[in-house]
Amino acid sequence: MPAGTLYRGREGMWSWVAHRVTGVLIFFFLFAHVLDTALVRVSPEAYDSVIATYKNPIVNLMEYGLVAAILFHALNGLRVIAVDFWSKGTRYQRQMLWSVVGIWVVLMAGAFYPVLQHTLTTLFGK
Amino acid sequence: MSTAETSPVELVSSSQPHTARGLTADNGYVIEPPRTRSTKTPRVTRGNFEMWAWLFMRLSGVVLVVLVLGHLVIQLIIDGGVSKISFAFVAGRWASPFWQGWDLLMLWLAMLHGANGMRTVINDYAERDTTRFWLKTLLVTATVFIVLLGTLVIFTFDPNI
Ligand code: HEM
Ligand code: HEM
Repeated sequence: MPAGTLYRGREGMWSWVAHRVTGVLIFFFLFAHVLDTALVRVSPEAYDSVIATYKNPIVNLMEYGLVAAILFHALNGLRVIAVDFWSKGTRYQRQMLWSVVGIWVVLMAGAFYPVLQHTLTTLFGK
Repeated sequence: MSTAETSPVELVSSSQPHTARGLTADNGYVIEPPRTRSTKTPRVTRGNFEMWAWLFMRLSGVVLVVLVLGHLVIQLIIDGGVSKISFAFVAGRWASPFWQGWDLLMLWLAMLHGANGMRTVINDYAERDTTRFWLKTLLVTATVFIVLLGTLVIFTFDPNI
C-alpha cells in the first residue's frame, strides 16, 4: 500500500461521520415531530392517537436511540466548538473525544430506565 | 498513537488556519501569512455569509444543548416519561408563556441549525448543479413550511377545541 496517499481517518474522522449522521437523523425526526404536534390543532383525539404510537414498545426503544443520537451530537458539538475557540482545543481534541464518549456512556446508562419505564412497567408490571 | 508520530503537522483550529503555523518543526511560520492586512487591503475582502453561517452553527448549538436536552428530560424522563403525554398535558404546558417561548425558540433554532447543516451535506454529496439546486429548493421549502406551521400551532393553540 503506497504510504501517505490514503487518508487514513482515525477517531477524528469517525467522530465527524457520527456527527453528520446524527445531525441528519435529528433533522428528519424534527420534521415529523412538528407535524405530529400540529395535530393538537385538529382535535384532542387525533393528537392522543398519534401519541399512542410513541408509547409502543418498539417506538419507545427508538426514542432511546434518538436520545443516544442527540446526546452524542450535543456533546461532540461542544467538542467541535472547543476545538475552534479554545486556544488549546486542537491539542486536546483526542482527549476531549474520549471524554465525550465516556460522558455519553454514563448518561445513556442513566437514561435507560427513565426513558424505557413506560415499556418496562407495561410489560413486566410495576 | 499521536499525530506527531505520523507527521510533524500540528492541527490548527479552523478559526485560525490562515496563520500556517505549525508546519515547520519549530512550530514557526513557513512563509509570512499571505493575508496580512495592510492599509491598502479593502475593508471587506469576501462575502461574509459563510462566516456568519459558521458562527451561527456554534452559537445556536450552545443554546440548543440547554433547550433540547431540557425538553427531552421533561418529555421522556420526568413524571413517568412518555406515559404522561396527552392533549391535556400539552394544554397544561402551553398555558405558560415561558414554555411557549421555550418551544418557539427551540423550533426556530433547531430548524435553522438543522437546515444549514443539511445545506452543507447537500453541497458535499450532490455533484451536479441541477441536483444541488433542486435539493436545496426542497430543503428551503420544507424548512419554511415547518417553521411557519410550528409557530402557528404554538400561537393559535386552543385548549377547548
Ligand atoms: C444539542 C445541541 C447541538 C449542538 C451543540 C450542535 C452542534 C453542532 C455543530 C458545532 C455543528 C457544526 C459542525 C461543523 O461545522 O463541522 C453541527 C452541525 C450539524 N448539526 Fe448540530 N448541534 C446541536 C443540535 C442539532 C439539532 C437539534 C439538529 C437537527 C435539527 C442538528 C443538525 C445538524 C446537522 C445536520 C449538522 C451538519 C453536519 C455536517 O455538516 O456534517 N444539530 N452541530
Ligand atoms: C421522543 C422524544 C420527544 C418527545 C416525547 C417530545 C414531546 C413533545 C411534546 C409533548 C410537545 C408539545 C409541547 C410541549 O409539551 O412542550 C413537543 C413540542 C416540540 N418539540 Fe418535542 N419531543 C421529543 C423530542 C424532541 C426533539 C429531539 C426536538 C428538537 C430537535 C423537539 C422539538 C420540539 C419542538 C420544536 C416543539 C414545538 C412544536 C411546535 O411548535 O408545534 N422535540 N415535543
